[in-house]
Amino acid sequence: MKRLFSILVLLASVLMSLTANAANTELLGAGATFPYPLYSKMFHIYYKESGIKVNYQAIGSGGGIRQIRNKTVDFGASDAFLSDKEMKAFKNPVVHIPIVAGAVVITYNLTGNFSLKLTPEIISNVFLGKITKWNDPQIKDANPSVKLPDMHITVVHRSDGSGTTFIFSDYLGKISKAWKMKVGTGKSLDWPIGLGAKGNPGVAGLIKQIPGSIGYVELIYALKNNMPIASIKNKSGNFIVPGIKSVSEAANVKLPDDLRISLTNTIAKYGYPISGFTYILVYKNLKNGGLSYKKAKEVVKLLWWMTHKGQKYAVPLHYAPLSEKALKKSEKIINALRFDGKNLQ
Amino acid sequence: MLFGAGILLLLLLTGIFFTLLIGSIPAIKASGIKFLSGTSWNPVTGVYGAVPFVIGTLLTSFLALFISLPFSFSISLFLGEYFKKGALAEFLNYATDILASIPSVIYGFWGLLFLVPIVRKFELSFHILPYGVGIFTASLILAVMIIPYTSYLAKEVILLVPQDIKEAAYSLGATRSEVIRKVIVPYSRSGIFAGILLSLGRALGETMAVTMVIGNSNLIPGSIFSPGNTMASVIANEFTEATNDVHLSALIELGLLLFIITGIINFIGNIIIKKLSIKG
Repeated sequence: MKRLFSILVLLASVLMSLTANAANTELLGAGATFPYPLYSKMFHIYYKESGIKVNYQAIGSGGGIRQIRNKTVDFGASDAFLSDKEMKAFKNPVVHIPIVAGAVVITYNLTGNFSLKLTPEIISNVFLGKITKWNDPQIKDANPSVKLPDMHITVVHRSDGSGTTFIFSDYLGKISKAWKMKVGTGKSLDWPIGLGAKGNPGVAGLIKQIPGSIGYVELIYALKNNMPIASIKNKSGNFIVPGIKSVSEAANVKLPDDLRISLTNTIAKYGYPISGFTYILVYKNLKNGGLSYKKAKEVVKLLWWMTHKGQKYAVPLHYAPLSEKALKKSEKIINALRFDGKNLQ
Repeated sequence: MLFGAGILLLLLLTGIFFTLLIGSIPAIKASGIKFLSGTSWNPVTGVYGAVPFVIGTLLTSFLALFISLPFSFSISLFLGEYFKKGALAEFLNYATDILASIPSVIYGFWGLLFLVPIVRKFELSFHILPYGVGIFTASLILAVMIIPYTSYLAKEVILLVPQDIKEAAYSLGATRSEVIRKVIVPYSRSGIFAGILLSLGRALGETMAVTMVIGNSNLIPGSIFSPGNTMASVIANEFTEATNDVHLSALIELGLLLFIITGIINFIGNIIIKKLSIKG
């Protein structure tokens, strides 16, 4: 009897160590699709360097938030930060760690392929349906050197819920009261006008097909596909061409400690005004997320790596690395992660 | 064994219904009857009205059916009556089979790259706002997608029309078109209608191809050339990024509504089939 018992104990301990090992070597994350190309590159390199496998499922920010709330993943990822109301839906506090910044650019289909200059007023009026012709005096004034056609403006927007729409509508809400009242900010909107298309490729495809159309896509997508991009007048009054530098620059402003901030219309002098962070979400006390102490340590190591060494993989893939100020605050947040009060560094 | 499979199917169906129902409870609580009468779908303010999508779904499906019917009926007559055998018949059979098995995303791409420019040229010449995408384009795509379903079923029932009845009609001096109108169609109309019903079910639920060419506007379409949206397409578009619980639940309720509408249409269809079938 005693022998049987000891065998059982041995068996149990072997099994337990096995499962513990399996859990240690693989981290599970889910969420945003926007940073997926970068994350898969980062996680591939990280696996080579540290032997820690990170399994990331790009199921969309909404799914990422739900999964971290249900504690089925070790970390979630989202393009938009959680609103106060969404934060309250969590039983235990979560923190946001920005990894890179992305931008939303305005692209269009006009013969001549020139670079258009747009002011906040023009953008809001076009997307509200108040400006309907390309030769509208407002657009003419901003682009005196361009001969604009007498053509109907067709607005193209995203039909699927997306962080891109969130950033864009957040910008419009800041620069236009009428937009804030009538439409608001969100991942899916009740658009007053225009055609919807699925994903960046859908929007780009429709714009390429319809002469006189205008729409918004992610910076990465526009750069990769050589699409015409409008420069936009920022808060300081400078017309800014979107690019990795001007996007990083937009985040080089005073930031809140929890980094839940939209980077649209910031006061950065040479910052592009329609940009935003993409975040990784973890529980502040990682034990609340159902992680083991060992696993929690690995998550912290991974986050540190992504915000430091991993940053160099951002630029080749057209993502904007963290600005100096953003990095400092992220370090603070990562350092404050705990496991039931225990330090994880 | 067969009985068990039948029960299992029934269980699955009720299971799906109740899953959808339970999932929609938060939205039903939040919107109530306004879900069925509201014309605005606004995830930002949390107002969910399904009317534009119900209209979009029914409009595209019935328009597609209307467009496809002459084609599918001619194909079925051609294969079921005129050319039952031969290289041409074989080729046509083969072609409709392929049409049925093309993935819908391919239809969507074809629509976006080929059909949309044509529709836009057409709209330009009629001085309609030339979007190219919209209810009409979606219906055209759907029509092509459902032709094989109707034509296949119709062909099979036309082939089943007994030869002696047809010969009797011929011997009375009926012409071929008279035989088709007075013998074949009455004899096979319930089967043809069943094919139509199957196609309609396919059109109601089609998601990907429609999403790509319908224009995805949440407004009630003003004409068949306006952009619109269907229930299935909204679900596909908004489901992955719906962070808000009521939003998610409203999308599930949309699925429930589609389920119920499909059920009602099938129910009415079955009554019509029974009325149409020749008794005795």
